[in-house]
Amino acid sequence: MYEGVVQDLIDELGRLPGVGPKSAQRIAFHLLQADRADVQRLSEVLAVVKDKVRFCDLCFNVSEDTLCRICGDSRRSVSLICVVEEPKDIMAMERTREFRGRYHVLGGAISPIDGIGPDDLRITELMRRLGAEPIEEVIIATNPNLNGEATATYLSRLLSPLGMPVSRLASGLPVGGDLEYADEVTLGRAFEGRRLIGG
Amino acid sequence: MPTYKDVAIVVRTHKLGETDRIVTMLTRGRGKVRAVAKGVRRTKSRFGARLEPGMVVELQCYEGRSLDTVTQAEMIAPYGDHISRDYPAFTAATAMLETADRLSEEHEPVVQQFNLLAGGLAALAGRTHPIDLVLDSYLLRAVSIAGWAPTFVNCAGCGAAGPHRAFNLAAGGAVCYSCRTPGSSAPDPRTFELLAALLSGDWEQAERSDERARREADGLVAAYLQWHLERGVRSLRLVDHPVYVASPVPPAVGVALP
Repeated sequence: MYEGVVQDLIDELGRLPGVGPKSAQRIAFHLLQADRADVQRLSEVLAVVKDKVRFCDLCFNVSEDTLCRICGDSRRSVSLICVVEEPKDIMAMERTREFRGRYHVLGGAISPIDGIGPDDLRITELMRRLGAEPIEEVIIATNPNLNGEATATYLSRLLSPLGMPVSRLASGLPVGGDLEYADEVTLGRAFEGRRLIGG
Repeated sequence: MPTYKDVAIVVRTHKLGETDRIVTMLTRGRGKVRAVAKGVRRTKSRFGARLEPGMVVELQCYEGRSLDTVTQAEMIAPYGDHISRDYPAFTAATAMLETADRLSEEHEPVVQQFNLLAGGLAALAGRTHPIDLVLDSYLLRAVSIAGWAPTFVNCAGCGAAGPHRAFNLAAGGAVCYSCRTPGSSAPDPRTFELLAALLSGDWEQAERSDERARREADGLVAAYLQWHLERGVRSLRLVDHPVYVASPVPPAVGVALP
């Protein structure tokens, strides 16, 4: 145990996700040895991020204004909406430069074992958007795990009766990998999602 | 470091660090095991898909002080994959997995619980019986294996031959007129018949039951389970009760375990 404020700093850092007691101690001593200006800049950014950053009114991505950069961009298609679990998934999708529509962040996936049901996600807000915007297709891009798949199944069950085309991101073989190392679930999905390339 | 092999059902997972997961599994030989699966959240992971809840795998681990480490996982039955495409089955499976987790202790072999869970997941994945009946039958049999077997015919208090009209959670099921205490309920006789059928695995009788008996049985089973566990099973609140439509050709996903 360190004394006073040093221990407080270690405790606070240790509450961050992925930071254990050892890492917290290392970061705390790094901050103690760093230039005052660097530490000042960090503390200012932390304060500003809490004051300024909020969720986009439309898609619930992180934003500094009422609308995020993507929702505010008139060049993006309003007929396509991609449903993701978390704001960080939007960054992964944007890196592909393939998708020019807009997003909707659910805020997680259905996980009954953790007490998270459909009512705990932003599904009502998604339905409201479908009524208010000229959306022609909903692309579900939840994680390809049990909870993500079940969330996609739930959304599809909800949206299909409305006559709304619902698609799911393809699952399959990672580019650059060897076929022989693929597991049977992934390979099975790759077969299901195969596409014609000739004939 | 000592290694071991076992057959396991993945019960739940927790994120660990950047790309790892802590996987809680019910194994056939070692009871509940918690192990670290390294790198399984990467898209190129060799066995990430096999370590999702509801999957039955042949596992190789090495023992650690508090957590073991998964070194290999071979698929035996991908029940989780089939179940995730059917939302009511997914919610029922989650309730089964959470119950199995709660009823088992680490490193205490529970072969009967393992076999029951594998059978329940196979029934959900193969759509062999109505989902709500599979769940209730699993829950009744799981608490019975854990040592809290209910009775739905003879009196749970004095053993008097039934059928009886009252049901008491604390007593352990049906109770006769003299053993009946305040707080006992009086379910429909058809509900008692359904509960007895679910406990014994008489599917023909269970599937003949009507909607009202199923709903009442559902409530009693949930109450009985949570009474004995002393804490609520979170997944039960979110079970999606479907109107069951039998599949014309049930997909063949039931796999014999080695």
